[in-house]
Amino acid sequence: MSSDLAAPASVSRWRRGFAWVTGLVVALLLAGVVSFYASSSPDGLEWVAGQTGFEGAAAEHAALGYSPVADYQVAGLTDARLSGGLAGVIGTLLVLAVGMGLMWLLARRRNPLENS
Amino acid sequence: MHVPDGFLNLPTSAATGVVAAVGVGLALRGARRELNERTAPLAGLVAAFIFATQMLNFPVAAGTSGHLLGGALAAVLVGPWTATLCITVVLIAQAFLFADGGITALGTNVVLMALVGVWVGWGVFTLLRKVLPKKLVSVPIAAAVAGFVSVPTAALTFAVLFAIGGTVPVPATTVAIAMGSVHLLIGIGEALITAAVVSAVLAVRPDLVFGARSLNRITPLEIKESVPA
Repeated sequence: MSSDLAAPASVSRWRRGFAWVTGLVVALLLAGVVSFYASSSPDGLEWVAGQTGFEGAAAEHAALGYSPVADYQVAGLTDARLSGGLAGVIGTLLVLAVGMGLMWLLARRRNPLENS
Repeated sequence: MHVPDGFLNLPTSAATGVVAAVGVGLALRGARRELNERTAPLAGLVAAFIFATQMLNFPVAAGTSGHLLGGALAAVLVGPWTATLCITVVLIAQAFLFADGGITALGTNVVLMALVGVWVGWGVFTLLRKVLPKKLVSVPIAAAVAGFVSVPTAALTFAVLFAIGGTVPVPATTVAIAMGSVHLLIGIGEALITAAVVSAVLAVRPDLVFGARSLNRITPLEIKESVPA
């Protein structure tokens, strides 16, 4: 900011960060707030399974026995809006962390000779 | 579309598991060519965004719902190899923590959504980009059609797998017709969301959209920041 030369760099970095943070805020709002209003009707596959008679073949999910966020509900929270929203936020942040870690590792391990 | 445990027998689940493992292995190699320090954080965000949008079931015909699969969307934003990994990360989290999609069915779900969804989407997108005018506006249109086609294709892939290794004897055509028709409707939702998100990212950061990179090539080089040694 002190010199004219530095200005474009900081603006560019700021814009880059801004777009990313905006995307994350939108994702967190979708998972944490909007998800409460999602349709609870059976999805396409569940509907077909019900219609054509193989619904009963679905096994009880193992994660229901151990996961504190199974079925997108935080165990122990009775308020459905809070429980579902928090599960969505936890999932979004977890996928973000794992995804970014993996992508960062892959980007770093790229052969420097093929760098463009 | 998340297949629970019990719909497909173990040999079929094992076979899809092998196909999924090979596909993800190839994607781990291929994604290195697509990723750099600039796009890696975006790729992580795309995975998180798809996790979030997959929670948002929208109503379709009488008493049914659907949600974004996101394969075509991710492929257009970050490239098909990286997209394969994005969707796989989402599916692993859903299977092991959120009880969404079975654990023995994880390979099946990776095949349906991370392989078929992404690569059919990317194939249609690439094909359309060759036909449509070389303009920015063609990108979300091609992405929308790619998203639309990818959903019933993944659904029909499930129908084929169920015909091979389904645990309940249901006529293959019955399952295929039902799966295909309901997922044509869900595909419309997929197309609308895909077009909206691709348009939004293009409006803010066109340089970050993998599927639009050929349109960015004419941008003259400029020094944006100094790289510390």
